[in-house]
Amino acid sequence: MSLSRKDFLKAAVCTIGLAPLAIMAASSARTAPDPRALQGASWAMAVDTTKCTGCNECAVACHKGHNVPNVGNSKQEVKWIWQENYEGAFPELSHNYVDEGMKKRPFMLLCNHCENPTCVKVCPTQATFRRPDGIVMMDYHRCIGCRYCMTGCPYGARSLNFNEPRDFLKEINPEFPTRVKGVVEKCNFCEERLAIGKKPLCVEACRYQALTFGDLADANSEIRKLLNDHPSQQRKLSFGTKPKVFYIV
Amino acid sequence: MGRSYLLWMGFLATVMAVGYSVHMLDFPAGLSRDVSWGLHIAQFTFFVGVAASALMVVLPYYIHNMKEFGRITLLGEFLAVTAVTVCLLFIVVDLGMPHRIWNVVFYPTPNSPLFWDVVVLNGYILINLVLGWKMLEAEHQGAPPPFWTKWVMYASLPWAVSIHAVTAFIYAGLPGRDLWLTALLAPKFLASAFAAGPALLILLCAILKRTARFDVGAAAIDKLSVVVMYATITVTIMQVSEFFTSFYAGIPAHMHSLQYLFFGLDGHHALTPLMWIYVVLLITALAILIRPKLRNDEQTRLIGCAAVFFAMMIEKGLALTVAGFIPNPFGRVTEYVPTWSELVVMLGVWATGAFLISLFYRLVISVKEG
Repeated sequence: MSLSRKDFLKAAVCTIGLAPLAIMAASSARTAPDPRALQGASWAMAVDTTKCTGCNECAVACHKGHNVPNVGNSKQEVKWIWQENYEGAFPELSHNYVDEGMKKRPFMLLCNHCENPTCVKVCPTQATFRRPDGIVMMDYHRCIGCRYCMTGCPYGARSLNFNEPRDFLKEINPEFPTRVKGVVEKCNFCEERLAIGKKPLCVEACRYQALTFGDLADANSEIRKLLNDHPSQQRKLSFGTKPKVFYIV
Repeated sequence: MGRSYLLWMGFLATVMAVGYSVHMLDFPAGLSRDVSWGLHIAQFTFFVGVAASALMVVLPYYIHNMKEFGRITLLGEFLAVTAVTVCLLFIVVDLGMPHRIWNVVFYPTPNSPLFWDVVVLNGYILINLVLGWKMLEAEHQGAPPPFWTKWVMYASLPWAVSIHAVTAFIYAGLPGRDLWLTALLAPKFLASAFAAGPALLILLCAILKRTARFDVGAAAIDKLSVVVMYATITVTIMQVSEFFTSFYAGIPAHMHSLQYLFFGLDGHHALTPLMWIYVVLLITALAILIRPKLRNDEQTRLIGCAAVFFAMMIEKGLALTVAGFIPNPFGRVTEYVPTWSELVVMLGVWATGAFLISLFYRLVISVKEG
C-alpha cells in the first residue's frame, strides 16, 4: 500500500498532536503540601480599632511584599489594604452625631474574603475563585480584565492595573509575582505565607497587635476568643456576602 | 457601484482606522478604581437593545402575517446582526486583556451572567445571520425558504428577549449597586430597546428611501412607529416609577445615584445637563408620537424617532452604567466623564457598524430590486 505524502503528514500531525496529552498525563504528579503550612477551614481577620493607631505599617508591609505599585494617581490607585474613617468604612451606620473619638479612629479596610462572594459569582472565567479554606483567590493569568468583579464587589476591595505596575515599583520582591496592566488584584490573605507557616504580612507588621488572623472554625483560636470577648461589627452585613473581616470597636 | 457609496465606505473605513489606532493607546483616563465601567460598556448595553428590537419586525411579519412588513423584516434582521457585532466590539475594546477573551469559552462559568451574555449574543448573531441569509437567498431564487427556517425564526423571538434580559441581569444582581438592583431593570431594558431599535430602523429606512430610492412602504413604517410610541410611553412610566420609589421612600442609598444624575450629589453634577436633555428629548418624543397627525407625517416622525433614539442613548448608553458606581462603596463621589480617546474609539466602533449595515443593506436592496 502506498501512503500519499498528504496522508502521511495528516497521520504524523495527529500523532504529534496527541503528545501534549501524554505530557500532561506524565506531569499529573501532585505536589505534597508543606508540613509547615497553617491549617484552617475558615480564615478570618479581626481588626481591633481600639488598638490601631493608623500608623499604616501594615499597608506598607503588604504593598512592599506583594509588589503593589504606587501609581500616584488616586483615581486609578492599586491598593490591597488601606485606611478609611468611620464614615467611609460604615456609611450605612454613620449618622450626624457620631462621637469625636469614633470620627478620628482609623479603620483598615481590605478584601473581606466573603463566604458568599459576589466577585466569584460574577467572574466569567473563574479567574477569581474561593478556596475551601475560605480565601478568595485571583488567577492573574486567567483574568481577562473585564472588571465585573470590581463592579460586583460591594466593598470596593479590588483594583485594576490601569498602568503597567512595574513602571511604578521602586523595588521588586522577587518572592512574589508582579502583575501586568489589565488584570485585577486584591488582598490574598497572604496565602503564599500561610503555605509556609507564616502569618500575613500586615499582622506581622502591626506593632500594636491590632490585627488578628485566625481560623473561625477553631473554637480555641485567638480570633474566636477576641470576638467572644469584645463587641464587633462588619461592613455591609445586610448584603448577605458573609464577610470575614471583623472590626472590634 | 455608486461613487457616493464608495466615498461613504471610504470615510467609514478611515474613521474605523483612526478609532482602532487610538484604542491601541493607554487605558482610558476617564475610568477609575471607583467607576470601572464607562462609555464602552454602556454603549454595549445600549446596542444589545437595538439588536433585540429585530423582534418587532420579525413578529408581525412571520407570526401575524402582516404582509406590509415584507420589505422591512430583512432590514431589521441585518440591523440585529450589525448591532450585536457592535456590542461584541465594544466589549473587546473595553477588556484589560482582550486576547484572553477566549478564556470565556475555555472555562465556561454558568453562574456568571457575563458568560451567558457571550453565549446568547453569539447565538443571536448566528440565528439572524442564518435567517437573513436564507430569506434573502429564497427571494433571490424566487422560491420558498427551507422548512427549518421557520424553527430558527421561532427561536429568534425568545432569544431576542433573552439577550437583553441577560444583559440586564449583568447589572441587576449586584448587592452593592443600588441603582441597578431593581426587578424593573430587565423590563425597562426591553421597553427602551423596543423604543430605540425600531426608531433607528425608521431613521435608516428614511435614509434608504433618499439615497437608494428603496421604499419599505408607508404601511410598515406607520405600524412600526406605533410600536415606538407604546414602548416610549412604557419607558416613561418606568422612569417615573423609579423616581417615585427612590424619592418618596427617601432611603439615601436608593436615592443617591438618581440624585447624582438629575440634581447632583455633594457638589458633583457632571452628567446633570445631559439628563435634562434626556428629559426634554423624551417629552418631545412623546408629544410627537402620541399625536397620529404628527406621528404619520414623515418629517415630524423623523424628529420624534431621533428624539427617542438619542434619549435612550443618553440614558442606557452612558448614564445608567456610570451612575451605578456613584456614590462609591465608601459613600463618596468619584465622577466619570468620557475622555476624547474613549469617544474616538466609540466612533470607530460606530463606523464599523455603519460599514457593516451599509454592506448588508446594499445586498438586501439589490436582491429585492431584482
